[in-house]
Amino acid sequence: MTGTGVGPELIRLDRVNASYDHHLVLEDVSFHVHEDQFTGIVGPSGAGKTTLLRLLLQTLAPVAGTVWRAPDLRVAYVPQLETVSWNFPITVFECVLMSRKSGRLRPWASASEKASVSAVLDRLGIGNLGERHIRELSGGQQQRMFLARALLRQPQVLLLDEPTSGVDISTRHDILHLLADLHEDGVAIVLTTHDLNGMATHLPHLVCVNHRIVGDGTPSEVMTPEVLERTFGARMDVLEHLGVRLVVDEAPTPFTPGGKI
Amino acid sequence: METLLEPLSYAFFQKGLIVASLSGALLGLIGVYIVLRGMSYIGHGLSHSIFGGFAAMQLFAAQFYAIGAGLWGIASALAITTVTKRSRVGADAAIGVITIASFALGVALFAKFGTSGPSFENALFGSILGISTGQIVGLVAVSILTTAFITLRYRALLFSTFDPDVAAVSGVNVGRIEAALMVVLSLAILATLTVIGVTLVAAMLVIPAVIARMLTDSFGRMLAYSTLIGTLCGLVGMYASYYADVPSGTMIVLVGAALFIVVLASTGGRGLRRSAGLDSHSEVLVAGKAI
Repeated sequence: MTGTGVGPELIRLDRVNASYDHHLVLEDVSFHVHEDQFTGIVGPSGAGKTTLLRLLLQTLAPVAGTVWRAPDLRVAYVPQLETVSWNFPITVFECVLMSRKSGRLRPWASASEKASVSAVLDRLGIGNLGERHIRELSGGQQQRMFLARALLRQPQVLLLDEPTSGVDISTRHDILHLLADLHEDGVAIVLTTHDLNGMATHLPHLVCVNHRIVGDGTPSEVMTPEVLERTFGARMDVLEHLGVRLVVDEAPTPFTPGGKI
Repeated sequence: METLLEPLSYAFFQKGLIVASLSGALLGLIGVYIVLRGMSYIGHGLSHSIFGGFAAMQLFAAQFYAIGAGLWGIASALAITTVTKRSRVGADAAIGVITIASFALGVALFAKFGTSGPSFENALFGSILGISTGQIVGLVAVSILTTAFITLRYRALLFSTFDPDVAAVSGVNVGRIEAALMVVLSLAILATLTVIGVTLVAAMLVIPAVIARMLTDSFGRMLAYSTLIGTLCGLVGMYASYYADVPSGTMIVLVGAALFIVVLASTGGRGLRRSAGLDSHSEVLVAGKAI
């Protein structure tokens, strides 16, 4: 996978500050999304990863700096599964279809819209689940459903918030391969993750965030003890296994029952 | 059969039946969005707020009371939205202050100056007596407007109800959709106020939608079921009101409550699971705004 982004620029944040209720969450952040980019944003909870996504999505206005987007850019967003109301009365088909602007006087789907939804569900391997309620899907299937909803818009940029949060190892692999395929098809991808070994290390480009950008480069460039300490505020060791970097806590003290930790 | 046909010989009952059925359908339809958006309390508050406008307009321009009360309701709805978005005041607190103060104003005006239109009791609990052709025309117009809005903006409404953040990213003007929904809700409450009554409108916004949710997992079917259930409550409630000789609104709501119990008993745990946490949706969305 390539993915550091050298193609035409699609989104640019230039020296941006962002805050909630006058509390500064991101400071002096510059970030670029290029046509062939595949980037993971890593950082601890509360570091501003989702805020950075919201700036890219333009659902949050910066308090300083500028945000630029290419004209008529098609951006799609896959939210964290934890934020979804799973009891909402909606089937998989209805959920995917909602992202398609109808432009019709009738609310129900046309034959071509049904075909489009079926095609994207088939592509993601959940073509037989269209009539199921969204709660009845497994974590991986739910993630695929939201990917299908995003892909129906034929996006140029796909933004995902913690796409592997709460899914098992097999599903994580599936999602990673799926995103790699989409990237190969020409979709720029930016995702947030706190999963260093399961996700971040497999991505071609990483940006480390802790209220500001503290690292930017390939995994081998940024997954170093120094950058990780600046990012997570804790010392970590980095090992290499079959060419892949693995992060472990530095010299963890074993727990002894009845004794001090 | 004679029991069903006998009341139909009275013109007032014919009008009442049409208005009650249409009111039930209208509130059932729009109630789906109100329940799923966790706005049940707004429906409750707005009906009380509109009562304030209703009383005030009787005082200053009785012939235009419907228009005045409608504008009053819309202003209240938009004020709630604005206060909630631009301050630290929660939606429930904003509704409590704005709408109940408006209701208190209405009660004070009624007590001090009386009324030249519908009586205080009729405004509170609904009545089928004295329904004018103008009120029927108004209800039909609001029903057409609501149906057109929901039909033409179906996906945008669904998207912004289910997932407003992603809807906004996907080109839906969520703010405008919400404002339009509040306007339509205000008009629907105003148009059904005389039959259902101020204190009972909120129940008819909620009951058909909750029953429908217990019956289906599909949004499209929930809309259809809720509209049909609202219509059924209006029809049966009107007959019950006629024979029991009690205000129409009370019987319409009681029929809805009875239907709720029947459906709950027949669907059991599955129905409860489906309807559980319906109004926690908005909290989930707020919680989703993680840093």
